Amino acid sequence: MIWFAVLAGSLGTYIAKLVGYLLPGSMLSRPDIRRITGLLPVALLAALVAVQTFAVGQTLVIDARLAGVIVAVIALLLRAPFLVVVLVAAITAALLRAAGLAT
Amino acid sequence: MGIGLATGAYALSFGAISVASGLSVLQTQTLSLLMFTGASQFALVGVLGAGGGAIAAVVTAWLLGARNGLYALSLAPILDVRGLRRLGAAQMTIDESTAMALAHPEPVQAARHAFWMTGLSVFVLWNIGTAIGALGAAAIDDPSSLGLDAAIPAGFIALLWPRLVGRSMWAVAIAGAVLALVLTPVLRPGLPVLAAGLVAFVASWLLGRRS
Repeated sequence: MIWFAVLAGSLGTYIAKLVGYLLPGSMLSRPDIRRITGLLPVALLAALVAVQTFAVGQTLVIDARLAGVIVAVIALLLRAPFLVVVLVAAITAALLRAAGLAT
Repeated sequence: MGIGLATGAYALSFGAISVASGLSVLQTQTLSLLMFTGASQFALVGVLGAGGGAIAAVVTAWLLGARNGLYALSLAPILDVRGLRRLGAAQMTIDESTAMALAHPEPVQAARHAFWMTGLSVFVLWNIGTAIGALGAAAIDDPSSLGLDAAIPAGFIALLWPRLVGRSMWAVAIAGAVLALVLTPVLRPGLPVLAAGLVAFVASWLLGRRS
């Protein structure tokens, strides 16, 4: 099942890239296409942030991940690079769990 | 140089998070070789790791990859590629190579050079970083004890951050996040995120009517 997702996912994202070279350039001037391709990543990434922060399966919980995400936002406000943002989130969650302050 | 270091670091976290989400090192590396578009890769492993179905993971990755098609549309007249070079150019069509090519519009050779150099160097560094991150995480017994589950939403928020420009983007982000949370208890994992994609279509329609 994971291999199916890896290969089907890769095929579809490649086709999206390739189709852009085959379609007429006039598609670019269509405002609805420009708008939706800009908005889709925002809606999906925001949903992924929310679900990966609060969900365990189909249950919503508050645990050490939330503290990690809050610290990540602080790091982003301080213009930290990607790896630092991810690392401080992981370290925050690991420390809180090690100290027994969060699950 | 700056792009190179940032790419390596970003790939390192992808490799580690992918293995921590349950993919093998080989599956993780295959994604970086074949999919080669960061947000879609993170989304695919994120949805699978959260217990979502393969279809939900695949469709989320596709929707996130749709923007590369728009990049390709902008690049097509500049690159003017045919045959095998077109197939190669398609794979190199990502955020970084598009930004660099469009930043050097004149002469057209400079734009082409920027596209290919950026695309190829990001491809190499992305794959090396992925391998190191994946092998590193595979060597650890319990990656979740290191807080890698908190690294996943942090990675997504770092990808989202530069896109949050203007009130309508914030509104779409908040609506997408809230809808996904509301639907989490009632839908299978993976589907709430896909449902949030509908927010983008509704917002696009509303913004189109206003203008």
